[in-house]
Amino acid sequence: MKKRTSSDLKVDLGRLKLKNPVMTASGTFGYGKEYSEFFDLNRLGALVIKGISLKPMKGNPVPRICETPSGMLNAIGLQNNGLKGFMKEQLPFLKTVKTKVIVNILGNSVDDYVELAQQMEGAGVDAVELNVSCPNVKKGGIAFGTEPAAFEELIRAVRKKVDLPLITKLSPNVSDIKQFARIAEDSGSDIISLINTITGMSINVKTRQPRLANITGGLSGPAIRPVAVRMVWECYKTVSIPIIGMGGILSSDDALEFILAGASAVAVGTGNFLNPTTTTTIIDGIKDYMAQTGIDSMSALTGALKCPKRP
Amino acid sequence: MLSVSNGLDPLLKRPFSIHRILGDDLQFLYRVVGKGTEILSSRKPGDTIEVLGPLGNSFPVRKSNKNIVLVAGGLGIAPIVGLAEKISHSRQFLKKSDEMNGPLLFYGAKTKNEVMCREDLESLNIKPIISTDDGTFGIKGNIVTCLKRYFSRHKLMTEGCTLYACGPEMMLKSLSSFTAKKGIHCFAALEQNMACGVGTCLGCVVNTKKGYRRVCKEGPVFPIEEIIWDKL
Repeated sequence: MKKRTSSDLKVDLGRLKLKNPVMTASGTFGYGKEYSEFFDLNRLGALVIKGISLKPMKGNPVPRICETPSGMLNAIGLQNNGLKGFMKEQLPFLKTVKTKVIVNILGNSVDDYVELAQQMEGAGVDAVELNVSCPNVKKGGIAFGTEPAAFEELIRAVRKKVDLPLITKLSPNVSDIKQFARIAEDSGSDIISLINTITGMSINVKTRQPRLANITGGLSGPAIRPVAVRMVWECYKTVSIPIIGMGGILSSDDALEFILAGASAVAVGTGNFLNPTTTTTIIDGIKDYMAQTGIDSMSALTGALKCPKRP
Repeated sequence: MLSVSNGLDPLLKRPFSIHRILGDDLQFLYRVVGKGTEILSSRKPGDTIEVLGPLGNSFPVRKSNKNIVLVAGGLGIAPIVGLAEKISHSRQFLKKSDEMNGPLLFYGAKTKNEVMCREDLESLNIKPIISTDDGTFGIKGNIVTCLKRYFSRHKLMTEGCTLYACGPEMMLKSLSSFTAKKGIHCFAALEQNMACGVGTCLGCVVNTKKGYRRVCKEGPVFPIEEIIWDKL
């Protein structure tokens, strides 16, 4: 008979303490309210809110999304109401949610990020996630996410001004993600999250036109999962700050891949689109896995990958 | 939103309008156009399909709408039949002014074998004015041209008349310039690629005079004059 234990799903991402390791990925969960019609948001480990910029952003023209094998491309262009709009329209609802609320922020300059982070701290959110890796806006985050010096300057500047737990979201569109993980840790980021979408492109051969108005977009969904798991594993071996893993997670087994590779928590992105209750199914699945394997804490699973020794 | 497969390819659910509601049954009308609908067409009676819905808004029919005219193009007939059914007993239709005394419904299709739902419409005592692009059925030509001709020939009082339309972008666009010119109220149901269907992915937006609006959430039905067709 298997050993029965009371599995504890709690995870500590440094100072950020979650009731379970399952959160939502920024940009796939709106501002929370949309999905509150489908399940109790308080079941989530944390809610990560769609990227907020200082000024409202209109977003890209359509088509903004297209389906690809086991995945999708998107080029939404960070459409959002801006800081004022967020404070007035979205924050009051988020205040009523009894789980951690993390806000993803983005800007065109270091000052933008500092301002946003300070405002979020003042607003009482639980953490901010620096969006330095969105591939879909020309002027914006991407330069920070792919140029080591700019990346470091940004994190240091925000760290200096805010005490909130700071999450840096890493771009996979670099030659060596470990380098960025290390800089994030050295510059004062409490947590890293990875991966953002992988830049991709799809063409309609009949019309010879790109399938997205933006021409290129970010690839997400199960198609990118192996890349994401590999990157989490590489970062886990490189840094000692906690990692939030994401990239095509649809099931608890998918989530466990990331956790075994070294993630302390996971985020569900495209999976929310396929089924609004993907996150809660994953939470139940992880609990079952722990009960079945006799593991009583999440920390015992993080990085518990067993690599067979080579003969 | 309907799941066409349980696998990963295609990954996303597909947006469909509800065609008809018959007792406990929901009917969806579709044509096989790609991989998703191909898989859907291979489903057998008794199979289970995951449905997320109903989502978004619907055609805003008010009791005060006296002279309702319906306009459908291609598969846009799907929600129009459901709407016709809902209001067919209410005398809100604008009646045909000639010998056929049925409610007024304009329906354009590419060719004869793409003309659908005639029996359903007949059972509602509706004899639609049909046009086909190739002239194989009904009037040859485009349905908006037919509608314009009909309106001018019968010198109908266009004031107080409300149009409800669903169809291809080109049809809705030309309809919108007609309704704008005549000052006719018109509501159009739009179609767009969608990922979530519940308003979070922002993939399905349409450009309107109020900025980008989500077809899944604020739509799919919009007042036609709000849509900016040139910059969809």
